[in-house]
Amino acid sequence: MSTAPAPALGRPITEPGQPRPKRANARRRGLRTLGWALLFLLPSAIPLTAFTLVPMISSAWVSLHDWNLISPMEWVGLENYRELLADPRTRDVFANTATYILGYLPLVYIGGLGLALALNRAMAGIAFLRGAYFLPVVTSWVVVALVWQWLLSPSNGLVNTVLGAIGLPEPGWWTDPAWAMPSIILASVWKDLGFVMVILLAGLQALPQEVLEAARVDGAGAWRRFWHITLPLLSPSTFFVVVISLINGFQVFDQVNVMTGGGPAGASQVVVGQIYDLTFRYGRAGDASALSWLLFALVLVITAIQIRGQRRWVTYA
Amino acid sequence: MPELTATRLENATGRPRARVPNLFWALALTLGAAVMLFPFLWTVITSITPDGTLASGPTLLVEDPTLDAYRQLFDAMPMWRIVANSFWIAIASTLFQLITGAMAAYAFTRIAFPGRQAVFAVYLATLMVPLQVLVVPLFIQMTRAQLSDTYFALLAPSIASAFGIFLLKQAMEGVPRELDEAATLDGAHHLRIFAQVVLPLTRPALATVAVFAFMGSWNSYLWPLVVIRSPELMTLPLGLATLQGQFTTQWNVVMAGSVVSVLPIAIVYVFAQRYIIAGFAHSGLK
Repeated sequence: MSTAPAPALGRPITEPGQPRPKRANARRRGLRTLGWALLFLLPSAIPLTAFTLVPMISSAWVSLHDWNLISPMEWVGLENYRELLADPRTRDVFANTATYILGYLPLVYIGGLGLALALNRAMAGIAFLRGAYFLPVVTSWVVVALVWQWLLSPSNGLVNTVLGAIGLPEPGWWTDPAWAMPSIILASVWKDLGFVMVILLAGLQALPQEVLEAARVDGAGAWRRFWHITLPLLSPSTFFVVVISLINGFQVFDQVNVMTGGGPAGASQVVVGQIYDLTFRYGRAGDASALSWLLFALVLVITAIQIRGQRRWVTYA
Repeated sequence: MPELTATRLENATGRPRARVPNLFWALALTLGAAVMLFPFLWTVITSITPDGTLASGPTLLVEDPTLDAYRQLFDAMPMWRIVANSFWIAIASTLFQLITGAMAAYAFTRIAFPGRQAVFAVYLATLMVPLQVLVVPLFIQMTRAQLSDTYFALLAPSIASAFGIFLLKQAMEGVPRELDEAATLDGAHHLRIFAQVVLPLTRPALATVAVFAFMGSWNSYLWPLVVIRSPELMTLPLGLATLQGQFTTQWNVVMAGSVVSVLPIAIVYVFAQRYIIAGFAHSGLK
């Protein structure tokens, strides 16, 4: 069956006598569309331009200068970037940030997955239980950091009191260079466990039940069903958690600033903490801006790699 | 909105043999929840412990509980003002983000203006830039305009959010166009279609954006830390961090401050728990 070419319904039927008013009409309609677009866009375009776009450009500009926020800026080209890349301090803050991510991500993911699997059942009071695990998520980082600083206080904190009572060694936690980052990781995992749980639980509940049922009928045990069906089908949610955690992980600041201030002796200083200190403690706005762009570039590259790599392991059902 | 249900899973896990395991899970999960919630209880306990007894180590049962720490807290900081600041800044930035976001999303999905793709690309670019890149120049901008240490400076960066616009645009793509075409034929203009047709049908996405906007503002620390100096203009996270600087070892006062800043959001959470959790779950299913 061949479809006959449709009659030119869509083509404007030009009436020979009056082409000009048509064009004027079209122009007026175009102007009106533009007017509507402006009306709807300006409320967001003005603040986004003033408070995101302009600072973004000026940050790039500042990063090419030496500037202590007071005296005039001095052009140095890419010197700030070169210095930063050669400075061992830069390597330290990136390494500390990486340590944070490498400690935080596996713990929060495995813990969150375990919780999601355990909470994914019909049971009296299940909504209350989910709510309880989620409560730290709505608590601010500053509160979380303070509460854990107190719990992990080396001299009279609860954790060391308990450890001492049962005869275990009492670490110096956030006052000890070796334990500062683990303390921060512990507090962060506690706060974000509920977030990961909710994302994965939503993913679990969206799984096609027929597939799991079929595997059960075929005699696949619980472990094999989890490993070969649930986990692969859950990969989009896992992907989301990993991408978000990495982006947030590279920008970690609040809990570090409150718990350790980057110390002791810089042992837990992270990239954003360094940006803050460079600007407001050492008056090196140019270096701080350059460092913020290095961080941004790194996050962009890592996110892009993940999005490209997702084809290998993320299954969209 | 994908709410987390219990019933959908009954056929998956709630088979007859589940009786005994359920009891096990109920116990394990309750125990886990108690551990999770314990730091909150500990915060309250510490806040009612008298000054002198803290140094000798913590006790679960406070011998002579006192509200002294709260008195010191309210003497040291304008706490009522700080709580009120947190609330009104969070509510204002949520409203702003909903209005600016929904209008922009409408423009991107319903108004065929020239250069639409390009403008949207610029919006997306602002989504990628983290606050850390903006903090230094934004601070300089505010200082030059003599606006640092004002409510305006506190609120300005959260008037519009590209993340919210993106989420709402996705939702509005899902609203059938036949509906607004029908309204157009009835002579309705964009403002009416926006308010009466499209907006009511994007309510779940609006709720998600509202949850994220409110929580983002409520918990925000870095930007207030940079731009606010006066205690009367502080929000809770900054006020609390400042407090810790003054009362380093007086944990009862610091914990009293923590209780005061957790309590309001915990009350909001108890009443809006379903929407908040659904909002987070929704963000992961996109």
